[in-house]
Amino acid sequence: MTTDVADPLEAVTAAPPADTGFLKRHGTSIEYILIPGAALAGALVVFGLFVALFGKNPLDLYFYMYQGAFGTAFSWQNTLTRAAPLILTALCTALPAQLGMVIIGGEGALLIGALAATSVALWLQSMPPLVVQVAMACAGMIGGGLWILLSGALRQYRGVNETISSLLLVYIALAILNHLVEGIMRDPASLNKPSTREIGAANMIGTIPGTEVHWGLLFGLIAALAAYVLIYHTTFGFAARVAGGNVRAAKIVGLSVGKLILTICFLAGACAGLAGMVEVAAVQGRTNANLAAGYGFTGILVAFLARQNPLAIIPVAILLGGISASGGLLQRRLGLPDASVLVLQGIIFVFVLASDALYGRIGFLKGKT
Amino acid sequence: MDFGRISRRHLLQASAALSLGSALGVRSAAAADTTIGFIYVGSRDDYGYNQAHAQGAAALKKLPGLKVVEEEKVPETDAVEKTMESMINLDGATLIFPTSFGYYSPHVIKMANKYPKLRFQHCGGLWTDKDPKNAGSYFGYIDEAQHVSGIVAGYSTKSGKLGFVAAKPIPQVLRNINAFTLGAKLANPKATTQVIFTGDWSMPVKEAEATNSLIDQGVDVLTCHVDGPKTVVENAARRGALVCGYHVNQSPLAPKAYLTGAEWNWEALYPKFVKMMAAGEAIPNFYRGGLKEEIVKVSPYGEAVSAEARKHADDIKAKLKEGSYTIFKGPISDNKGHMVIASGTDRGQKDPELEKMDYLVEGVIGATS
Repeated sequence: MTTDVADPLEAVTAAPPADTGFLKRHGTSIEYILIPGAALAGALVVFGLFVALFGKNPLDLYFYMYQGAFGTAFSWQNTLTRAAPLILTALCTALPAQLGMVIIGGEGALLIGALAATSVALWLQSMPPLVVQVAMACAGMIGGGLWILLSGALRQYRGVNETISSLLLVYIALAILNHLVEGIMRDPASLNKPSTREIGAANMIGTIPGTEVHWGLLFGLIAALAAYVLIYHTTFGFAARVAGGNVRAAKIVGLSVGKLILTICFLAGACAGLAGMVEVAAVQGRTNANLAAGYGFTGILVAFLARQNPLAIIPVAILLGGISASGGLLQRRLGLPDASVLVLQGIIFVFVLASDALYGRIGFLKGKT
Repeated sequence: MDFGRISRRHLLQASAALSLGSALGVRSAAAADTTIGFIYVGSRDDYGYNQAHAQGAAALKKLPGLKVVEEEKVPETDAVEKTMESMINLDGATLIFPTSFGYYSPHVIKMANKYPKLRFQHCGGLWTDKDPKNAGSYFGYIDEAQHVSGIVAGYSTKSGKLGFVAAKPIPQVLRNINAFTLGAKLANPKATTQVIFTGDWSMPVKEAEATNSLIDQGVDVLTCHVDGPKTVVENAARRGALVCGYHVNQSPLAPKAYLTGAEWNWEALYPKFVKMMAAGEAIPNFYRGGLKEEIVKVSPYGEAVSAEARKHADDIKAKLKEGSYTIFKGPISDNKGHMVIASGTDRGQKDPELEKMDYLVEGVIGATS
């Protein structure tokens, strides 16, 4: 009897040592793919049930979602176009998160970045396009950076909660934008849609050659990679993560937490500001209220779904871009209201947050038996 | 294991069947039907701007040989370009109605240049000679219907104080406020219109606050120019005030308080467009009209409207339908005492000066900036 039980156990523990070694070494990485993947699958199943409640076939749903987001070359372009601004705005939340700060005001930085970029373009109009474009990018980044720096400084010097201040600054940014666009920056010809003058076709940055996706995607990829290197492969990033883990410990070892907060907030705002510049220079060609399209708010969702990891932001942004691209097809083919896409986003958000509790708790991924 | 294989095979079969089905669907659609795409900026059951267009779309659905696809809550960014392309590429749409004002430049122009064989019918009246010939932009002189509403409001008020909840001080909105006030003064020369600007097209909280504050100041008849008049209509009725509607007939929301309203008549115009296309006629690129051209209409009178009011309003309505009546007929002064339309000057509905309106007429309490 005892041997019967002992034998298989022994067999398992003695089983391929290389395999357990692999899991021991890569278990954590696998976890980072497996758990969000399972959470996403779970969310899709629940959403399928939700849609079935309205008498629609869930298989139709999955098929149209796939077709609308990734099914054709056009769908891919659609998805990537929608993902492009999200990578940059997500970084606005993910970077300060390394310091334990929750910044949700990326939308404000995007608007200020767009305004700054437009102002510079209108000011430098006689210069060669490349000069104008570089100046616009710099202005966008500085504008957005200073905007989030405000939240960081309020927290550092005045103890104001950065989440609240960054959110409230969104409304201030929108008010400033409306004030300028309806006031001194208004193009007198824009009668019923107050807008600034156009930056001119020559100064537009256009799309990535061979695609219809604008350069914002590439800027986003570069920014995400740079953020990843900064956070995980530099002493600055290490210091930020130490401060994020325990501020007192960081101060005791002599880190200048204040400087870290201000620098990171500036960089975060610069990312969102660059997204604003891209919206002006690649999409709208001028500044008006159309810019407040909620990219900054969707970016928060992307950052949390990516667990604030700059690299993970890329696939998550593409996923959310795909969901929004396929949302149209769901409306048109299944007659679902637009809100159904929000329901799906909400379900995914809840599943991913709930799945946080699973990290480090799945025994077999640790090489345990 | 077995279960996994079966379900996967089923999934593959299902998706193969679905893609075959949709391929066949597309083919038969191309053979027999014309597909028409409608794009709305808000939700299509908003009792307002978007619902008016959705009612127009519903009128097309009743015609044989037409397939209508709809997508709501599409922002005025490159998302609308992708939605148009998705309708073209995935649904085979050949006629597209992007119904929001802000879709036109640059988005509709860009798509019209890219797809020169397809027709784009934008709502807003923005087409100029420089724009692509396969794009069109239509709009209605809804101030005519507002003028009739104003007459009814002027007879219905006891306090002589009317209220107007408006989005932005742009020409289109100012023209409605002024036409409404001029109508009210025909009925009651002492009537005043207090106007409150909320700052944006859809601000339900501010709209409710504005409604309440107007009623607190003694206003007893209200109307509005915002995307969704539901908030104003319901709150006014709850406080015992009377209302004139806008965009669509809101009497189901407040059967007792609803006097009349200025409505779009897209359900008459859209079938007209489709018939023109079917007959091989060109739809004029720039298409505008008022009550006479049946682009706008006046809601049926509510029970609270007196016989005297009905008679006067019907009389003016009949003259507007004949085309023998001018609303903006000098002398008209603004509310700062300046003469804006000199005595002897008639500014008819098509007068370009009215498109630049930047004043509030005498009798309106409020300021444009």
